[in-house]
Amino acid sequence: MQKRVTFHNRWLPYLLVAPQVLVTLVFFFWPAGQAVWQSMYLPDPFGLSSEFVGAENFTYLFEDPYYRASFITTAVFSTLVTLASMSVALLLAVMADRVIKGSGAYRTLLIWPYAVAPAVAGVLWLFMFNPSIGVATYWLKGLGYDWNHVLNGTEAMGLVVAASAWKQVSYNFLFFLAGLQAIPKSVIEAAAIDGASFARRFWTIVFPLLSPTTFFLLVVNVVYAFFETFAVIHTITGGGPQQDTNILVYKVFKDGFVGQDLGSSAAQSVILLFLVGILTVIQFRFIERRVHY
Amino acid sequence: MATITLETVRKSYGKTEVIHGVDLDVADGELIVIVGPSGCGKSTLLRMVAGLETVTSGRISIDGRVVNDLEPRERDIAMVFQNYALYPHMSVRANLAYGLKIAKLPKDEIARRVAKASALLQIDPYLDRKPRQLSGGQRQRVAMGRAIVREPAAFLFDEPLSNLDAKLRVQMRMEIKTLQRELGTTSLYVTHDQVEAMTMADRVVVMNGGIAEQIGAPLDLYRNPASTFVAGFIGSPPMNFIDPALLGGDDGGRVGTMGIRPEDLVLTTPENGTLEGTVAFCEALGADTLVHLRLKDDSLLILRTDGDPLEPGAAFGATFAASALMSFDPSGKRI
Repeated sequence: MQKRVTFHNRWLPYLLVAPQVLVTLVFFFWPAGQAVWQSMYLPDPFGLSSEFVGAENFTYLFEDPYYRASFITTAVFSTLVTLASMSVALLLAVMADRVIKGSGAYRTLLIWPYAVAPAVAGVLWLFMFNPSIGVATYWLKGLGYDWNHVLNGTEAMGLVVAASAWKQVSYNFLFFLAGLQAIPKSVIEAAAIDGASFARRFWTIVFPLLSPTTFFLLVVNVVYAFFETFAVIHTITGGGPQQDTNILVYKVFKDGFVGQDLGSSAAQSVILLFLVGILTVIQFRFIERRVHY
Repeated sequence: MATITLETVRKSYGKTEVIHGVDLDVADGELIVIVGPSGCGKSTLLRMVAGLETVTSGRISIDGRVVNDLEPRERDIAMVFQNYALYPHMSVRANLAYGLKIAKLPKDEIARRVAKASALLQIDPYLDRKPRQLSGGQRQRVAMGRAIVREPAAFLFDEPLSNLDAKLRVQMRMEIKTLQRELGTTSLYVTHDQVEAMTMADRVVVMNGGIAEQIGAPLDLYRNPASTFVAGFIGSPPMNFIDPALLGGDDGGRVGTMGIRPEDLVLTTPENGTLEGTVAFCEALGADTLVHLRLKDDSLLILRTDGDPLEPGAAFGATFAASALMSFDPSGKRI
């Protein structure tokens, strides 16, 4: 039941929501509006004047093979990051849930990576896998594998995915662990008595009961892979080699601030905005139906 | 159909021993109720039989087969939990069929067994509902059904009625008893409610502090309790314990306490009573009244009478037949 609050002063409620409205206006609607506005203009090379071009920025983008490739790159990247970070986190959480002695220390250690700033995480992985001085590169060479993500696009993708997923594992781990601990122990015991093996219990009882957590994390992780991996990409590959790790968000930055093509950059942001909106609607519409609350 | 045998079963958590050697022989088809206060180890004992807790030492056998090192699923038992432990994301039908599917029974056999159990428990109308759409009593039946369909060697009940309201509890305990007798399945039933123990059990195990204080038929325990603990635990209201000095029968400290059941006491005038006291308060239960007399040493004596409640403060005496009096030594053992 929702309680209705009565205000004696009719301006007080507006005053109370004002800070939130102000923040949303200044940091979301204004820049978003600005982006929509700018996406329809083409500034001259010196930024002194701009010309209204309508949807030309958009039509140009969709004819650009690099932009279309960036879509594929983003899809591959976010799918891999989400899958990797969630499955590793789930595995760790299931194991941590079984640990009785020293579980506190174990959990704390697993949560640490979350405290590392994305750029620092990127640099960390960059050092480890540096083609000439990296420790991991040295080990791989010992195994007979010649690692060079500066030249090899697949390796570059693998590296940014690993760095991004690694950072997100802690967050997912926390939620999965909480989700696991919320499942009544007796339900698992009942399944054990009913004859289910550990694997069977996991897939028929635990995993379905975790689905609200999994769904929540899916949304969070996709958004994370789309937007918050900028620093990792920026420090490790800078979108390269070629365009192999140039995801949509990074391309917005590169085309706009490095390439100074502000019109195209704004158009890309608008497309991204719609894309994320659609993705979220799809997730809530279709996946949530299969979630057992 | 099976027997269950426990031989000096012990359980320790680290250095703390919580079960100090329990021996029990459960005959085929018998319903044994393990009763005791919270923390006496009764649930731990049951969980050891189920395979959910390891056995520290001793032996547990089901149908002559030592099961100490077997997984729960290899023990051919079914368990009913206090919170029902139904699978919340599955329909009632899927809940019942879960164990059978794992056992890879043919589809028509699963359907037959589910239909049989649901008819027996009258849960047919709810087969396609989820557990959260059921009332407590219905969930309890589903939990029972899940145990029945597996046709196991033994049923284990872990306080299955504790979450139900008083009226439903009375009804369900008779249903469980009837069902158990019909199916003839050996059962271990854990409860803290002595009324459940008295009404359902073929034999009762009274547990206290990790040991089985006494094992016997309900009425045997009631009439011949082996210790003050059993005497006080079985029967409601509990047995009165009286300082032997009040009865004038002090024989050099051999007797620690004397016990007498409330229904064996008769109210009389102060002069004629073996014990005398004043009415502290009365509880009228309808059919009978519980009179609480305050004795000379300030202890309370409960009498069950069929009269009307008495005025507090009035002086009365209490008499009893000498045969109804039980003596316990200072350590609480029956003499």
